[in-house]
Amino acid sequence: MKLIYTDSLVVGAGLAGLRVAIASKERGLDTLVLSLIPAKRSHSAAAQGGMQASLGNAVKGMGDDEDVHFQDTVKGSDWGCDQEVARMFAHCAPKAVRELANWGVPWTRVTAGPRDVIVNAQKVTLQEAEEAHGLINARDFGGTKKWRTCYTADGTGHSLLYAMDNKAISMDIPVHERVEALALIHDGKRCHGVIARCLITGELRAYVAKSTTIATGGYGRIYEVSTNAIICEGIGQALALETGVATLGNMEAVQFHPTAIVPVGILTTEGCRGDGGLLRDKDGYRFMPDYEPEKKELASRDVVSRRMTEHMRKGKGVDSPYGPHLWLDITLLGRKHIETNLREVQEICENFLGIDPAKDWIPVRPTQHYSMGGIRTKATGESPQLKGLFSVGEAACWDMHGFNRLGGNSLAETVVGGMIIGKYVADFCENNSLEIDTKLAESFMHKVKAEIDSLINGDGSENPFEIKHQMQRIMMDYVGIFRNGPELDKAVTELKALLERSRNLSIKCKKRHANPELVEALRVKRMLKVALTVACGAAARTESRGAHAREDYPQRNDRDWLNRTLASWPDANSLEPVLSYEPLDVMKMELPPGYRGYGIDNAIVHPDTAKREQQIAEILASLGEDADRYQRQAALMPFDLPPSLQAKNERLSDTLKPAANTRGEQS
Amino acid sequence: MSQGRQLTFNIFRYDPQEPNDKPKMVRYQLTETPGMTVFIALNKLREEQDTSLQFDFVCRAGICGSCAMVINGFPTLACRTLTAKYPKGEITLMPLPGFELIGDLSVNTGKFMRELAERLKLWLHPKSNDISIHRLEEPMAPEEAARLYELERCVECGVCVSACATKQMRDTFVGAVGMMKIARFELDSRDARSAEDFYHVIGNQDGVFGCMTLLGCQDNCPKDLPHMQQIAYLRRKMAMTLV
Repeated sequence: MKLIYTDSLVVGAGLAGLRVAIASKERGLDTLVLSLIPAKRSHSAAAQGGMQASLGNAVKGMGDDEDVHFQDTVKGSDWGCDQEVARMFAHCAPKAVRELANWGVPWTRVTAGPRDVIVNAQKVTLQEAEEAHGLINARDFGGTKKWRTCYTADGTGHSLLYAMDNKAISMDIPVHERVEALALIHDGKRCHGVIARCLITGELRAYVAKSTTIATGGYGRIYEVSTNAIICEGIGQALALETGVATLGNMEAVQFHPTAIVPVGILTTEGCRGDGGLLRDKDGYRFMPDYEPEKKELASRDVVSRRMTEHMRKGKGVDSPYGPHLWLDITLLGRKHIETNLREVQEICENFLGIDPAKDWIPVRPTQHYSMGGIRTKATGESPQLKGLFSVGEAACWDMHGFNRLGGNSLAETVVGGMIIGKYVADFCENNSLEIDTKLAESFMHKVKAEIDSLINGDGSENPFEIKHQMQRIMMDYVGIFRNGPELDKAVTELKALLERSRNLSIKCKKRHANPELVEALRVKRMLKVALTVACGAAARTESRGAHAREDYPQRNDRDWLNRTLASWPDANSLEPVLSYEPLDVMKMELPPGYRGYGIDNAIVHPDTAKREQQIAEILASLGEDADRYQRQAALMPFDLPPSLQAKNERLSDTLKPAANTRGEQS
Repeated sequence: MSQGRQLTFNIFRYDPQEPNDKPKMVRYQLTETPGMTVFIALNKLREEQDTSLQFDFVCRAGICGSCAMVINGFPTLACRTLTAKYPKGEITLMPLPGFELIGDLSVNTGKFMRELAERLKLWLHPKSNDISIHRLEEPMAPEEAARLYELERCVECGVCVSACATKQMRDTFVGAVGMMKIARFELDSRDARSAEDFYHVIGNQDGVFGCMTLLGCQDNCPKDLPHMQQIAYLRRKMAMTLV
């Protein structure tokens, strides 16, 4: 058995995984990254729009701070998130942006003086402050009170990933490319690494480590049409599920992005609407103000996606061979703006649609985009059930997004989460010694080998490609933007039948080394389990919250459903997961459940909400007038962070008003 | 929807790990569908006709650079190549030359790029290592940030390397990708390295003085990066260090 040892093992070389690896290596730990592909090709590269951080440099960002970012994030999550985690996140986001600047990211900067922007279809002239000249700029994104999304044109993910990977290369962190993890080595209590397969030679290897971090991204490809890269298949989540011990959280929380191009589902960034683009129907009519008079095109993603779907159901969609779609109109932004700030969008329009977005409208439709659910972790990023197993980024349910993620908060989560969790991973590696049980590793190796043997030598009859297509179709048809009981039950029944059939797969290509069909067969069985956790979780959750919209239960039900769905798969022979629920404690919330600001307020209130509001009022009153916002926050909901990340964030507003400076301690 | 035309694909097939395998071209027929790209076509061929066919795609949207291959003689990104572009319906696919072949159309560009980054030290060498992440960031001229981003748009697809005659003759040549990245850090005011430092890595036949200016890199770059301008700029800069 080939056995490779390291202290900190990271599965996945996108932004989150690399950031954890860097944090481990910074502490002198032996660190190793596994990746299906070269690190710079990770799906993080596809993030166009930007990363939220409350720097408050641009004039439309003035007054922004951690408190506003936190509130936007909690509201955006439809109160489904872990508020302590959202606090940890909002506090560290400016640090992560500044750290990335130090690592080489050429963030778009503020130019002092007047600049013309489009706001609500009108040209507006903004006046940027002299003092802000050259500081990091921000653009507008949906669901945020301030312009907070830091960016590099519309290639933010690309810039960040390249800077991050370059940093990792400079630190000599090895990335084993074209390697796929297929099982976690564990004893039911502690994770000891992974069994992985080299996609070139077919070699099976045991990677044994003190800590194992899953950073494999989301599970969008269980859906037929997705903006995700084709490697985002949920295998990381499946590996955790297959331990039978570790839980996944909120898997039914799946976000649809309003503006992916039709038919292929390639994303056009939210920056299109943030910069002033409009949605139009078949008559060229701008319909969003009718549904959301206040936020219009810049309502939360789940809201815009549903409004678009509603509008198309009214017959206002544009007919096409691929079904109805709507138009995204960015022509009013002007060619110059498009050719500098939205060039990826322009390239996508030219190459895939043959249109010029400075002249033509873009055909768009809501499309699967983001996985709020994932491997359930504590605030430290560690699985509550399996010691030594960490998860970060889209792969994880950490859980700062709850039931809906705001645009610009995912790119932020990868690097901010990686920054914070990376330190906890390093702590874990320093405080725990390695336990190498070669017998245990061998038993998992044999299991994977037996699985491959049976695919190559077996006499199955099911085609893996066909099973996968059927699964993707079921998810698209019955577990989509709008959901209801009968359809979800149908999805569960049909997925279970597919899972059963997947035990009888057959492959034509019998090679043991590079064999794309074998890869497909190994994945599809795992993907089906992930799909079932999504469908079962959605069927069980009889309320509507964030991206989970039940037509038969349209109310957000805080009384019965202010909780997180947990899914595990203890019996490998079972055809469905075991669901349980983790309550969210209103009495510990800094921001008790309230109106999110869209449509009618129809939530069924939680009995503790009024109690907590009363308590908050008392706490704030007891602090007196002199307490600053940090003291108020600490009194309402203390949160923990690694010591080196605790310092306050300096802002331009602090330096502009030296007398009222509340800069605090700085390291 | 009307019945699409018949496309003919001639695809390079070779598995270097099979002891008795020999490189060959194999013909496949496929019915074209509206908006079909080479990405869609190859997946259909693999699912329906030959499950052993090897090729690489990740983002399928022209963003990640995984799927560069030679299509009818020109290296390009397969994901965003529409089959409609070829009026005769004949499409010949070859792997990118200049890289280790994994099998069929799949080449190991990742290994090449990582080795190049290590060799040329393609990362920011900051002037100061003790900049606090808690304080206001250092300002940067907005024009400089925009210029840096322009040069940073490279996706490491390998097209420039495979389209370069110097590279075909001299394996150690760093190619346009290497020089573009050096130019990017040379321009960055945060980088501590001087022209002399860069001279040591590219001031030779493997770098700026090896380029024959045949423009293959610039003509084929899927991101339309200004390779020749940067190579000329670096060459002038490197020559100046000798004065």
